[in-house]
Amino acid sequence: MRKYFTRKILIYLLTFFLAVTIDWMIPRFMPGDPITNMLTRFSVNTNAIEVMHDYYTKNFGLDLPVWKQYLSFWSNLFQGDLGISIYLFPKPVTEVIMNAVPYDVALLLPAIVLSWLAGNHFGAFAARSKWLDNTISPLGYILTATPYMWLGILLAWFFGIILGIFPIAGAYSYSLSPTWSWQFVLDVLHHWFLPFVSLFIVQFGGWAIGMRNLIIYELESDYSHYLEALGAPRSLVRKYAFNNAILPQLTGLALQLGVIVAGALVTEVVFSYPGIGYLLLAAIQNQDYFLIQGCFLFIIIGVLLSNFIIDIVYVLFDPRTRKGMTGETA
Amino acid sequence: MKRRIFLLTLVVILSIVLGACAPTATPTPEEVEETEPVVQETEEEVATEEAAEEEVVVPTEFPREETIYVSGSAWGPASTWNPFQPGSLANTTGTIGFVYEFLFHYNPLSGEMIPWLAESGEWIDDVTYNVALRDGLTWSDGEALTAEDVKFTFDLGLDYAAIWFAPMRDYLTEVVVVDEKNLQFNFEAPLYQEFENNLYNIPIVPKHIWENFSEEEITTGANEKPVGSGAYMYLTHAEDRNIWVRNENWWGIDVFGAPAPRYIVDIRTSSNNVALGMVLKGEIDLSNNFLPGVAELADQGYVDTYYEDAPYMLSANTAVLFLNTTKSPMDDPDFRRALAFAIDVPSIVNVAYAQLVKAANPTGLLPDLEKYVDQAVVDELGYTYDTEQAKQILADAGYVDIDDDGFVETPDGEPIALEVTCPSGWTDWMAAIEVIATSAQAAGINIQNVTPDYGAWNTSMQSGTFDMTLNNWAAMSNTPWTLYNLLFNNPIREQMQSGNFGRYDNQEVFDLVDQLAAVPSSNEEEMMNVLSQIQTTMLTDMPMIPLWYNGLWAQYSSSHWTNWPSENSDVSGMPVTWSGYWQLGGLQMLIDLEPVTAE
Repeated sequence: MRKYFTRKILIYLLTFFLAVTIDWMIPRFMPGDPITNMLTRFSVNTNAIEVMHDYYTKNFGLDLPVWKQYLSFWSNLFQGDLGISIYLFPKPVTEVIMNAVPYDVALLLPAIVLSWLAGNHFGAFAARSKWLDNTISPLGYILTATPYMWLGILLAWFFGIILGIFPIAGAYSYSLSPTWSWQFVLDVLHHWFLPFVSLFIVQFGGWAIGMRNLIIYELESDYSHYLEALGAPRSLVRKYAFNNAILPQLTGLALQLGVIVAGALVTEVVFSYPGIGYLLLAAIQNQDYFLIQGCFLFIIIGVLLSNFIIDIVYVLFDPRTRKGMTGETA
Repeated sequence: MKRRIFLLTLVVILSIVLGACAPTATPTPEEVEETEPVVQETEEEVATEEAAEEEVVVPTEFPREETIYVSGSAWGPASTWNPFQPGSLANTTGTIGFVYEFLFHYNPLSGEMIPWLAESGEWIDDVTYNVALRDGLTWSDGEALTAEDVKFTFDLGLDYAAIWFAPMRDYLTEVVVVDEKNLQFNFEAPLYQEFENNLYNIPIVPKHIWENFSEEEITTGANEKPVGSGAYMYLTHAEDRNIWVRNENWWGIDVFGAPAPRYIVDIRTSSNNVALGMVLKGEIDLSNNFLPGVAELADQGYVDTYYEDAPYMLSANTAVLFLNTTKSPMDDPDFRRALAFAIDVPSIVNVAYAQLVKAANPTGLLPDLEKYVDQAVVDELGYTYDTEQAKQILADAGYVDIDDDGFVETPDGEPIALEVTCPSGWTDWMAAIEVIATSAQAAGINIQNVTPDYGAWNTSMQSGTFDMTLNNWAAMSNTPWTLYNLLFNNPIREQMQSGNFGRYDNQEVFDLVDQLAAVPSSNEEEMMNVLSQIQTTMLTDMPMIPLWYNGLWAQYSSSHWTNWPSENSDVSGMPVTWSGYWQLGGLQMLIDLEPVTAE
């Protein structure tokens, strides 16, 4: 057990190091100069730009040799300092991200986890039942192929504009200030619902389809037929099939977590919902090295952490891994 | 199995717990003031203290009839309230204009300087400018605003190179405080045009607070919870909004009247579509976003615009096509002139913008600076869309199609393949450069439209590797010098960061622009003389081509607030909330607004 985890942790550390290094490098490969972009958004007097350009370049440490920038990036990182945002000067990147992250977590985590749970159970339920299979499967295929953007706009248009029962923008009403009151909490949920649903539905379709196919595969395998031949009840056969089919879905969940950020981005744009996706887009467009690094760092940590958790969960779900890593034969 | 259920439960609980963290959003600023009144205080003092306190408290709900919702200036979370900061002030529009005020305002529609903090200002001789401040000016913390504060602010520019108005130190020798209300600016060879522009752009900051700041805090500090002198004060902000509250003790209430909305909620929308939806739902009162279909909505009465018919919007700045004169064939004035005739500006106006803009005057000057256009020069040398004439000019200059591919070659026989660029995602400009490319191709000039990322576009423009590109960086101004300083910025450097991106090298024009900067604005005859020469050279040489005026995008709804500025109303403001426009009529709009009473 210890050997298994030491190896895993080492791999994760190495991945982290490489990912963060790439994260540091890529923005710097982009053509263009962030300071110039920052200064040109300020249009009052154009004659002062040159002096200010030098001043800010020095201020951000961008005049140092590249290897020095890289080293100080790591040493700052360990002190929890991600630098100052250029796009949102002079806010520290950590502060920018900390203000945005709660919205992402509140939106993404329930959407991912609930759609996974609901999708798997529903897919397993629908498999091999004629009526459901014929109606739900095509629907699932359509849902999972739906772009988040399109579904989001559709939902906002229908529920927000046509019916007018849901708001189309913001994390809470523009007429409220945050307080711990029922009115405010309900308002937050009211604003949260449509973005959540747009993420939930698309992912739900994917999980349901995947699970349905896996269950059918499992039901066709020898152990299922053997069980059936022994006269085991249908529910028992399906339970075993489910236990086996859930494993690839778990792996899928780990992979999905990285992709979801893209979904969050468009959802945030469509519903004008605050969060890291929109910030990342703005950071890239403005070549804000530090904010890009920070956003990706958050994503890297999120993906690695969730993969690690799923590694552990896997051990609990799949007895074979457990036996395998203690060196026992199954 | 049990363990599995336990784990799943754990995950669900975790998600709920983390989810519950969300509503914390941005913490409301804590009220730190002591509430306990001292016993000996007179009743009156207690009352004022309570009143002051009341203003700072953030209400749980903003009453609709006291609140105006606006959008279109902020594009990211608020990050700075430092009035001297480059870059992000658009995200806290109002930092300059609401909180910090200027000596003057300027009304572009009437062309008048409006004394603001200053009661009056005048040149007493060629090198001395006197300013008298108004009586009873105060900061929002109760301190008096005096001549010392004004001197302190201008001195910041003289002391620190990283302040944007630092170039003034070349000609502003000293600011002298005569008495509490009067100041004297002493100059050496003043650039009148620039100085007068700065009078309504330099925000005056309180000396008693800012003198304690280090250089770093002044140039790069975020200046949270700003203390200013203006009509509105900072109330609170969150990721997607900034909220301002009216300063009930504003000195200007007696002079200009109190602005109508008590609260201003400035909303950051993530895309223009969202803003459009919110305007239609009546959730935004004034949107300064560019919404392509607004002409139709205005015709059907969903929204109001400044003009009832095309172009619907006021003009805010000139979109100029810069040509890289260091590259062939853009180094040939004949080619450049042919291009000016080849571009189908009417299609840009009618198709790309669906009539929301106006074609630009060939001199590039905005309609409100029309009096500075030398019409005789324009009549003689101006250009209009005329493909045949473009072909004729090309043919006369020796540009012929040798290899029969439909496109002309240079007189030397070299093929021409050029790119016209604008940043990716700027949909209106993207449509415009497509028109530019197709109409140029129709005249036989092979131009393709290309849209690099903003950063790449900016870099290629400033380092001079582009062929031709759009730019509109001259803000609305009291002086034509602002535009010509952008078009003919000099000297030519490796990086052209502030204009003349095409690196048009003509010392004669450079001297004329410098000369213009040094003409007193009262001497209109001399200004016209210089301007006429600049415009002649510009239209003969065509180093860049002014195409159309970008609009002051504004669509508003009268369901909660009325008396908006429009061509038919008698109010003098402009419907705008962009940073740097409050002093150009934005604040006046707020003063003139009237709430719609529920009847």
